[in-house]
Amino acid sequence: MDLFDMKMPDQLIVWGNPLINGAWISIILVTLGIVFVLTKYKKWRWLWDEWLTTVDHKKIGIMYIVSALLMLFRGGVDALLMRIQLALPNLEFLDAQHYNEIFTTHGTVMIIFMAMPFLIGLMNVAVPLQIGARDVAFPTLNAISFWLFFAGALLFNLSFVIGGSPDAGWTNYVPLAGEELTPGIGINYYLWGLQISGIGTLATGINFLVTILKMRAPGMTLMRMPMFTWSTLITSVIIVFAFPVLTVALALLTFDRLLGAHFFTIDGGGMPMMWANLFWIWGHPEVYIVILPAFGIFSEVISTFARKRLFGYSAMVVSIVAISALSFLVWVHHFFTMGNGPWINSVFSITTMAIAIPTGVKVFNWLFTMYKGRIEFTTPMLWSLAFIPNFIIGGVTGVMLASAPADYQYHNSYFLISHFHYVLIGGTVFGCLAGLYYWWPKMFGFKINERISKWAFWVFVIGFNMTFIPMYLVGLKGMPRRIYTYREGLGWTGLNFIETVGTFVMGAGFVLLVWAIIYSIRHAKRDYESDPWNGRTLEWAIASPPPHYNFARVPRITGQDPLWRAKKKGETIFEEKTPLKPIHMPNHTGIPAVMAGFWFVAGFGFVFEWIPVGLAGILGVLLCMMWRSLTDYHDHHEVPVTELRDAAAEEIKNAGGRSARGVVNDG
Amino acid sequence: MSQQKQASAKHHVAGYAFSLVLTFVALFVALYTSLPASVKLIGIVVLAILQMVVQLIYFMHVTEGSKIYQLLSLGYGIFVAIVVVAGSIWIMLYNTMTQ
Ligand code: HEM
Ligand SMILES: [Cu+2]
Repeated sequence: MDLFDMKMPDQLIVWGNPLINGAWISIILVTLGIVFVLTKYKKWRWLWDEWLTTVDHKKIGIMYIVSALLMLFRGGVDALLMRIQLALPNLEFLDAQHYNEIFTTHGTVMIIFMAMPFLIGLMNVAVPLQIGARDVAFPTLNAISFWLFFAGALLFNLSFVIGGSPDAGWTNYVPLAGEELTPGIGINYYLWGLQISGIGTLATGINFLVTILKMRAPGMTLMRMPMFTWSTLITSVIIVFAFPVLTVALALLTFDRLLGAHFFTIDGGGMPMMWANLFWIWGHPEVYIVILPAFGIFSEVISTFARKRLFGYSAMVVSIVAISALSFLVWVHHFFTMGNGPWINSVFSITTMAIAIPTGVKVFNWLFTMYKGRIEFTTPMLWSLAFIPNFIIGGVTGVMLASAPADYQYHNSYFLISHFHYVLIGGTVFGCLAGLYYWWPKMFGFKINERISKWAFWVFVIGFNMTFIPMYLVGLKGMPRRIYTYREGLGWTGLNFIETVGTFVMGAGFVLLVWAIIYSIRHAKRDYESDPWNGRTLEWAIASPPPHYNFARVPRITGQDPLWRAKKKGETIFEEKTPLKPIHMPNHTGIPAVMAGFWFVAGFGFVFEWIPVGLAGILGVLLCMMWRSLTDYHDHHEVPVTELRDAAAEEIKNAGGRSARGVVNDG
Repeated sequence: MSQQKQASAKHHVAGYAFSLVLTFVALFVALYTSLPASVKLIGIVVLAILQMVVQLIYFMHVTEGSKIYQLLSLGYGIFVAIVVVAGSIWIMLYNTMTQ
């Protein structure tokens, strides 16, 4: 490899296909539009000061969620394109290559750039508030995490207009993904997009682990923490132990492709199957990374709107802790059919089935939480209620797949596709939406319109089942995944057509959801109510939106559901008499965004195998780190007491002994 | 620079030097010696374990802070490491397609 050989890919600017031309035109128009609006209304300064340089966990959370919604849209468009192509036999809407690229980007975008950032965004918004902290443990690192995700996502999403997309599936199996069978740069986009954002995710895991262990308010013992905080803690543990495996696997494949190493090639003594092995050692914990926080959200929402304490709190905790260990013991179930010896498949079958047990325990706990509760059917509660049956369908089919001999039939068929969409949409996506609705008033001071949202809910859930129930059936009829077309007379046509219609219904649900948000931004009454849902946990004890330091006085906690107790028993969690003290808060900093910019340059250079560009980016990253380490001792400011008075008064009003509305038979 | 900052800088530089040395020794053993493969392998594994110890002591503060958290995280780390390494060897060794 020649260091200065800056070779050009076949087609640097992808042009010619009408879909891609359309994408180009809309990208350019939207960019111009954004630049125009920012300039016209003189918002550049505001953008930089309030958002790009912020280290406030709430704002970082909002940026995560907005990005995730954009990625949901992008992944959703991919899904629509695939479903159009498969609606009927022998269509020629997409060719084989284009179809391969689209299912690859769909899967990668949805898991890495939609589900995880959405949940991490909600964690950012809620977790520090739930434990009575003023920020996360490492605020600047938190901003770095976000900007690394952003840089990775941007890089990955550029692929389809500049240079061409990856096309070996989100699992990126070698030998297909190796240099020999897939030359060119598509796979490099996958490797670098995931690598850059993955480092950010790892940092998030460390950050939330430390935040939850070290920054809880006095009295907030582990066994008094809200369930969403618990699930975030366990998710962080899984992230810290699983993501390094991904980092290493991606690095090894990068060595193979970029530097001619042989970790995963047969010649030179490598092992192709080792990629699948490493991928799933990370990959299975990853699916728990995206479901556990959703479990946490459902626990909060269900207990709030059933007006009851969460049933079986300690059983819930034991279950998620058990899941954290079990999730590292099941990965082989993703490649039962790769020729493992019988002992191996048997052991991993059993561990896989075992993981359904703690999951089942949790389902019963949610049901018992609702039992005899006074249920209020708000939109977040609707998403949580719909989660239970849909997730069970996904879970039960998961246990079917867990049986290795049966999996020889199901594997890589549409049956499998439907399994993981039932858990990922019925679990993760429903959870993200429940959380979005639930914490929206905390973020912005008003609720999302309930009437339009309920329409969106029903349309989406009906469309979802219409898409994926037929997928189970067509899978049982033998339709394999990842085929771009099929012939007539196989008995698949009708089911496929229903699926496509269902996908459009789901798309309509998404449009309604976006409409509900836009409508509410324009019309909803800003009531800035602190506690709009009659909540139970600390985030509802402070103003909406909260001041940047969150708590003027650090609360003192005496039990689970501290706000609920305060409201019911007339206790106080904010000591009115303790004098206010000035608060140390971290300063804004541009380093995270600039550093991610250099990562982007590095990623772009290495994708095209333009080594000098890549190294220049890395050099920039190192300079940012040095700059940061020389300045990090004086990057704090003080919030003076005079600024805290109003917020303190608000806290006392909310949680200083006012009795709650509608308290029912609560334990 | 304060006394404490200087001490921690020294500590970090020492750790960095150790980890570099261990890395280059591993590289040297693998590329430039003519030992039998099994000896090389054992050598690299030993160096890797030393590397882990260096990281834990110099960068991951394993000697400071709450004992119980240290034990829990070390325990969990060892659990994951054993599962990943032993599991992978088991899976790759007993594959019916290669026999
Ligand atoms: C009750 C618990 C679960 C069991 C027993 C289970 C079991 C399985 C099995 C055996 C497979 C492999 C099937 C095959 O490839 O032939 C699989 C695939 C998959 N599962 Fe699950 N699963 C469970 C829950 C979940 C959850 C909660 C998620 C994510 C939120 C999830 C996401 C996935 C994904 C993404 C795949 C396929 C990935 C791919 O091949 O592209 N599963 N599951
Ligand atoms: Cu799995």
